[in-house]
Amino acid sequence: MNKTTNILLPNAFEFVEDPQLDSDSITRPSVTFWKDVWRRLFKNKVAMLGLFIITIITILAICVPLFSEYTYKGQDLVNANALPSSTHIFGTDNLGRDMWVRVWVGARVSLAVGVFGSVIPSLIGIVIGGISGYFGGKLDMLIMRFIDVAMCVPSMIYIILIMLFIGSGPISIIIAFALTGWMGSARSVRGMILQLKEMEYVLASKALGASSASLIFNHLIPNTLGIVVVSMTMGIPSAIFYEAYLSFIGLGVAPPTPSWGQLSNAGIAVFRVYPSQLMIPSALISLTMLSFNLFGDGLRDALDPKLRS
Amino acid sequence: MSNDTLIEVKGLKKYFKVGKNQLLKAVDDVSFSIKRGETLGMVGESGCGKTTVGRTILGLYDVDGGSVLFDGVEVHAQKGKEYKALTKQMQMIFQDPYASLNPRKTVSAIVGEGLDIHKMYKTKAERMEKIYNLLELVGLNREHANRFPHEFSGGQRQRIGIARALAVEPKFIVCDEAISALDVSIQAQIINLLMKLQSQYEFTYLFIAHDLTMVQHISDSTAVMYLGTLVETGRTEDIFSKPLHPYTKGLLAAAPEADPDYEMSKPSPILTGEVPSPINPKPGCRFFGRCNVAIEICSKERPALVPVDEHHLVACHVVNTLKSEV
Repeated sequence: MNKTTNILLPNAFEFVEDPQLDSDSITRPSVTFWKDVWRRLFKNKVAMLGLFIITIITILAICVPLFSEYTYKGQDLVNANALPSSTHIFGTDNLGRDMWVRVWVGARVSLAVGVFGSVIPSLIGIVIGGISGYFGGKLDMLIMRFIDVAMCVPSMIYIILIMLFIGSGPISIIIAFALTGWMGSARSVRGMILQLKEMEYVLASKALGASSASLIFNHLIPNTLGIVVVSMTMGIPSAIFYEAYLSFIGLGVAPPTPSWGQLSNAGIAVFRVYPSQLMIPSALISLTMLSFNLFGDGLRDALDPKLRS
Repeated sequence: MSNDTLIEVKGLKKYFKVGKNQLLKAVDDVSFSIKRGETLGMVGESGCGKTTVGRTILGLYDVDGGSVLFDGVEVHAQKGKEYKALTKQMQMIFQDPYASLNPRKTVSAIVGEGLDIHKMYKTKAERMEKIYNLLELVGLNREHANRFPHEFSGGQRQRIGIARALAVEPKFIVCDEAISALDVSIQAQIINLLMKLQSQYEFTYLFIAHDLTMVQHISDSTAVMYLGTLVETGRTEDIFSKPLHPYTKGLLAAAPEADPDYEMSKPSPILTGEVPSPINPKPGCRFFGRCNVAIEICSKERPALVPVDEHHLVACHVVNTLKSEV
């Protein structure tokens, strides 16, 4: 009796519909690589917060000096060292200059130096590192030995020497960064190219008759781009910080042009009496660096399809 | 050269520089030919130069001597457009299904690359149709076209690699250990797929492997390689039933048997020791140090590949002297 209950009769089964039939309908639509990156980045809340803060800071840096009734060098000596109020949102400094305007003019300098001071050296590094890795041989040896020697000396020494030589100002800072910053990215790009050009998919592409240009643009660059873009983004906060540091020690932008580092430098003199004059620019430096770091992190995750869920 | 020969390799040499005055002779004077629609199995231990032979035939490496004729055309004399035309006829399936697909490209971009390079379609719809057909041919689905390689298993990736090679409608395919990275059940699937495709499209294969039973199963002829040289070539049945070269004998004896009782009763392996380094090899027979029948001449003179039968060639002094005495 017990045995019969264990036997499965044919009518105990029923047909399921062929899952292959509607398999086309669940297909993900064909998206390009960059659309897919953007979609993944958009899902990352922390990275989007970083991007949001960067956007707000950029908009304020562009708009505030344009539409404010004050200028960054106009003095209101009656209200010198004023505390934040409705007339002067961030207060004024010891010369009666409006801090709200000065901070956002300073943001222009700091952001420009940060972005260009990171992107330009990276681009130079990609080109030199790419040439060095792809063509190899004596040229590669020469470039790499040069970098080895040049990197022995701390970059701050070069930057200070260059600044002394060509004078201070935002453009000099960018030039100084460009002349010293390319070496690190050249080295890492070269390493990646060396590794990638031996990959079997590059050989497969060669076997399919692909030209050198197609190899470089279809296989080598897309596979290095992720890391390069991330290192560029991560390089922005350190460039901002370097600028602040240079201005703080008096080598960066010259007064009366403000930058965040310069404002901090001025603020430190009156720190015990008017702490807001130091707090505001240094808080903005920190907030911007944090935002770029968070955004860079998210970008790295988004650029790696292996992490896709 | 007779008309039914597709690939003719003559005295192929490929050396790599390793440090000062050191030459790694990866392939040293290798000659063989493959008939149209046939499969040549190439076996040998790891590091004996099999992969280098395959890549050099396709022109991925320059030669240091000798020549490769594809359908009467010398591969390494072709440059630019002529070489590109040649790549449409010769393709390769790679060893490592994880390294041979670009992780940033979708399957349709990978399979379609050959179509793009050789402009084999008129409209975008035709291109997609071709890609879908290729995917179905190798046993994948249409919906796989928009996925990335990391979403597939090893066997599926190898199928994508096969689809990429088939896209340009080649005549000759080098299977460079195409199955050795896969597990056994998947190996059988891929082998069956390759054999099905061969009967459908009359492909010519150079099948590089170290799995002897697979080579026996798939190839018409077999070439045994040792340290950059061919030691024995012939029809597969001859090589496996009456091997002549001591290395071939050792290799066949070392292959495990399915029957455990027989496996236990087998005499101890003939092959002992390690493969010597191919860097600056000594004169004489490359197999000299490990050979158990070596005679004096073996240490001095390199044996040539000479026929013992109509199709059976062997490079061994001992075999040759025995034969001449008879």
